[in-house]
Amino acid sequence: MSRAAAFVATIVAVAVVAGLVAILPQLVNDYIVRVVIVMCISGVLVASMGLGNGFTGVFSLGHVGFVAVGAYVSGILSLSQAAKHSYLPDLPGWLSGITLPFLPATIVAGLVCVVLALVVGAPLMRLSGYFVSVATLGFLIIVNVVLINAVDFTRGARTFTGVPLETTLRWAAGWLVVTVIVLARVVYSPTGRRYLSVREDVIAARAVGIKVLPARLSAFTLGAFFAGVGGSLYGHYLGSFSPASFYMAYTFALISMLVIGGMQSISGALVGVVVVTVLSEVLRNLERGLDFGAFAIPPLYGASQIVLGIIFILIMIFRPSGIMGDREFGLGRFVKRKRA
Amino acid sequence: MNTGFYIAQQVINAISLGSLYALVAIGLSMVFGILRMTNFAHGDMMMVGAFGTLVLGWLGLPFGLAFLGGIAIGAIAGVIVERTAYRPVRGSADVTLLLTSLAVTYILENLGILVFSSSPRNFPIPDWMNEALQFYDGQITFTQINVATIVLTAVSLGFLGWFVTRTDAGLGMRAAAEDLGAAQLVGLDVNKLIIVAFAIASGFAGLAGILWAAQSGIVEPDMGFTPLLKAFVAAIIGGFGSIAGALLGGYILGALEVFIVAFLPSEVSPYRDAIVFALLIAFLLFRPNGLLNRTQEVKL
Repeated sequence: MSRAAAFVATIVAVAVVAGLVAILPQLVNDYIVRVVIVMCISGVLVASMGLGNGFTGVFSLGHVGFVAVGAYVSGILSLSQAAKHSYLPDLPGWLSGITLPFLPATIVAGLVCVVLALVVGAPLMRLSGYFVSVATLGFLIIVNVVLINAVDFTRGARTFTGVPLETTLRWAAGWLVVTVIVLARVVYSPTGRRYLSVREDVIAARAVGIKVLPARLSAFTLGAFFAGVGGSLYGHYLGSFSPASFYMAYTFALISMLVIGGMQSISGALVGVVVVTVLSEVLRNLERGLDFGAFAIPPLYGASQIVLGIIFILIMIFRPSGIMGDREFGLGRFVKRKRA
Repeated sequence: MNTGFYIAQQVINAISLGSLYALVAIGLSMVFGILRMTNFAHGDMMMVGAFGTLVLGWLGLPFGLAFLGGIAIGAIAGVIVERTAYRPVRGSADVTLLLTSLAVTYILENLGILVFSSSPRNFPIPDWMNEALQFYDGQITFTQINVATIVLTAVSLGFLGWFVTRTDAGLGMRAAAEDLGAAQLVGLDVNKLIIVAFAIASGFAGLAGILWAAQSGIVEPDMGFTPLLKAFVAAIIGGFGSIAGALLGGYILGALEVFIVAFLPSEVSPYRDAIVFALLIAFLLFRPNGLLNRTQEVKL
């Protein structure tokens, strides 16, 4: 595909998204708009998780650790003076004095995650296979313990509240577009091919002169940036959250989206988000119980998660590379399909 | 308070906690040794075993029988999971195995919530188990549960030691852990051996779960998750895939956790879990084969 065609395709895609964002709130009710906002946030998080986990093959279970850091950092930065005074009285002076708008707070959150990812990733990205999964799970647990104990900054295990509700559909969709464009630029570039070769065969990659650690670490770090951004979006969507919001349940939710959609393409991540979100919403409504007049199904709390788990296992058995595998959506004949 | 007694008391606590970690870690290591699989659902067999005992108690069984029944239910649950979820993906990539077990965890925990609700339930135990034994004017105190934990762990380990060295199935399991393909070539029924391994591993986890519930007094659907993570640490410290390593790792971890709280300044105690997982990462980086080097001891 020529550069010009790619540029046109990108512009067209952005225009379509912008148009949808503009008209969606007029077409559907508030509930659906909120679901779409959550989908966009999940899209940012799952696509960025796919960069490291899918394209470089380093399956991290610690992505939500960065999401948590992003949510708390941006939350602390954008809390108003009054809210800081009442909720976080023990915050150090240099932090309690500043209140940043949404965009800078989000970017700072992403950058904090970049620094953290470099520090954590430099040793951990040397590990492979199940080692790296267990070690990154350790990272997630350490983040959780630190959040619970850093009471002056986070209110500990209690709910962190008072974060301004600034994540509108525009912000969420905008960041999703930025994330997808940046990731696509990286993945379908010489750097992206290095990622794939590191995933497929470390020794062969080394033999042709690819440095494995920088490849893995750069993917991990870029993924962490968008995890931080997504965390900020999620925090400013929820308004109040606690360390428990960013732990195993959320990790499994995001992983199931990535795996069901297919972790070897960006389209797969997005398809996974849509499929799992829609499915969960439908099942959650069914779970509350049905009333057919003559007979009623009682509420079955937990049933929707069980169904999701079973679908996950069926995907693992029958289609381990997910719905999309390594295919991407093409925009008609503008974009040639790219094979891994 | 006499320092010597204080230390003795902490050592007893460490052995009691370490026994539970060892029981869970051994099963994790056995399965990993054979299938190269990090089985996240292993911790849920603790929950299944404890709920099994609870339900059998409701049905009127005396505690001893309910206890044994709980272990059996844990073992059966492990076999069912192997048969339905793990066998179809056997031999797949590491990540596929790991994700499948993660999904099984998710299903089992939510099944627990569906059946028993997410709020913790009381776990009734006979009065004698709560009885405290006091020595030296109460300077050393432990309950009958601690004694039961240590004794039952010792019995289980004795059984396991006998099983893997003296029975055909045990020898076959070790052969499968050495080389699954070669074991199949010489005519061992690998499917059967793997089922036996899962039954023993899950039975041990069930036992640990019942003891855990007896010590804490409650059962809840996600009770297995934290012990599972600790068991990972224990198994990796000891050398993942090695039974002896898991045993050693379990007691080291138990001692470490108890001593961090007992002997370090109180500001450090809340960070106990962070220290434990930092240790895990350090081991993965610097000594990924654990303390017991694989070449020097029988794997599995």
